[in-house]
Amino acid sequence: MNFKKFYLILFVFILSTSANSIEPEIFVETTIKKATIILSNNNNKENKIKQLKVVAKETVDINGIGLYTLGPIRKTLDTNQKEKYIKLFEQYFLKSFSNRLVDYTNPDISILGKEKLNENYTIVKSLLSGNNERPEVKIDWRIYTKNPNNPLIRDLIIEGLSLARTQKEEFASILNSNDGKIEALFKTLEDFSSN
Amino acid sequence: MFKKLIIILITTFTLTLNVNASSDGNLLLKKNEPSEVKDCFETLNRATFAFNQVLDGIIFKPVASAYRILPSPVKSGVSNSLDNLSNLVTVPNNILQGDFKMASVNTGRFLINSTVGILGLIDVAQYLGLPEYEREDYGQSLAKHGVGPGCYVVLPILGPSTARDTIGSTLNFLGGDPWYNVTVKNDSHHFSDIDYYSSKVTSGVDFRAKNYNSIESLKDNSVDFYASVKSLYLQDRQQKILNSKKIVDTQDNSDWEEIDNN
Repeated sequence: MNFKKFYLILFVFILSTSANSIEPEIFVETTIKKATIILSNNNNKENKIKQLKVVAKETVDINGIGLYTLGPIRKTLDTNQKEKYIKLFEQYFLKSFSNRLVDYTNPDISILGKEKLNENYTIVKSLLSGNNERPEVKIDWRIYTKNPNNPLIRDLIIEGLSLARTQKEEFASILNSNDGKIEALFKTLEDFSSN
Repeated sequence: MFKKLIIILITTFTLTLNVNASSDGNLLLKKNEPSEVKDCFETLNRATFAFNQVLDGIIFKPVASAYRILPSPVKSGVSNSLDNLSNLVTVPNNILQGDFKMASVNTGRFLINSTVGILGLIDVAQYLGLPEYEREDYGQSLAKHGVGPGCYVVLPILGPSTARDTIGSTLNFLGGDPWYNVTVKNDSHHFSDIDYYSSKVTSGVDFRAKNYNSIESLKDNSVDFYASVKSLYLQDRQQKILNSKKIVDTQDNSDWEEIDNN
């Protein structure tokens, strides 16, 4: 292979990867648009929840959040326990996520900017406009950018308070109250999802 | 009774505090890390939390629900007035933390809003371009001077706190809050006890109303509501003590990185 050919292939490769990569703020904007369309339509609550769950599966790193929120105990789980946890966490997360969102009828969120933390993470800053029912709220999105072609949401930081961290401490509290037994957390997640 | 309470608090506090005057950001971050704050009285705290929940359902939630129906200008007027009053505690704490610039900004804010802003109803200072208002309290000042949070506590009616923040709050009643001094402590012809206590109750209702949906949503979607509130309170305190809005300052990335490396 001569040098000209090599550089041409390299150039095409760089061009194709950069063309496919999605800027984190564009990704957040698109996700917000998708959610807004669902929340603004005239569908009933159940349908909206179903559609929100589809968006969450596409845009949120549910497995990553699940492992993060599990804390240090994740290192002690066997494969079966890990698989069971991931399955239960997904059910729990999707229900909790869609329930929290479904009551927002017209979320007016504007993107303010972004801060690249490292190759893996970018924080996208946004602002939820206030209305008669709620004050203005700053929302920061922790975007996992390891695969720039497929960015994923890993955390929402609302007015500086991390939802993933809150969930992690919630799970830690359940484990601490039950002598660190993972079965107690499984039962809590199962109960939440089935109610 | 009051003396007894103070003694208990001071004992708890001194047992757990770690006075190490430092302005080092990393040390402050580590000391106030939510997961490091011990829940020494968890059973009692959970019982008090349950009591507060009942109280919230009977009093605060219905009142906040009615308050939310008020027109926006009324609500923002009330909110602005309460913020304006809180400057009386913020300014001395700006000074205690060595932030003389913010102390002068907040003094100016208080003077402008109390006069041109009609007793604080209108936040004129904001329109004049003064920086966004950040409340400061004695708990934050103690933290800035290296005092650790001590144990996590849930106070009846008042809600989540730490040993340090509770001591900080009691300083308001020992001469640290000029608004308390002119209403309750000293016999003034212009103000009475009721002015102080009604401002505190209104502040609670205003907070509950502003966060009405968030609190209800959190309650409905938490698997351990007590733990969620504790985490959110401690994260909020950590952020306020560091006076930082930068995510990288308050968020620990190590756990995320560990997941990525596996």
